[in-house]
Amino acid sequence: MRATAAEQTQTGGLVLLCLASWAIPGAGHLWLGRRSKGLIFLLALPLMFGIGLAIHGRLFPFDLTEPLVALAAVADLGVGLPYFIGSAMGFGAGDVRAVTYEYGNAFLIVAGLLNLLVVIDAYDVALGRK
Amino acid sequence: MQSHFFLMALFAFFVSLVFALIAKDDLREQLRFGGLMFAGFLVSAIVLGWLMYPLPL
Repeated sequence: MRATAAEQTQTGGLVLLCLASWAIPGAGHLWLGRRSKGLIFLLALPLMFGIGLAIHGRLFPFDLTEPLVALAAVADLGVGLPYFIGSAMGFGAGDVRAVTYEYGNAFLIVAGLLNLLVVIDAYDVALGRK
Repeated sequence: MQSHFFLMALFAFFVSLVFALIAKDDLREQLRFGGLMFAGFLVSAIVLGWLMYPLPL
């Protein structure tokens, strides 16, 4: 069965919404008019990611020979634009000798995973489920 | 910023904040849910820390 033009437009809009929500944490909620939630996500998730970088966490490479490293890389990427900005600025090398190295990794990975949850939440809001 | 407790509390704060906003829509419910989650993080970390205290490294 072929989708109607309206359904296709809606699907395109949802994809765009999810992409925006992934790239800029909270953008999906701001787009949908949930300003306070969007602003808090916009501040909290990049801040959490930035703290992870500041305390010597590592942005893991996409090394498929090491499945856990590859999964950590996917989780890091979940935060969207801050990941690319941090990488481009040379942050995220990680210092395994630092006391806070593991905490840094936890901040980076969890910031990415939380942003993916935020994307799913924005998707649910857009579909009227919430 | 090398205190493990401070970093753990900061981590718990961010996670509780995001989960409270995702899970609840009403401000009072968000505060209650987030507060309980934050307290749960802190209490379980302290309890687990004490339980692991006798274990040799």
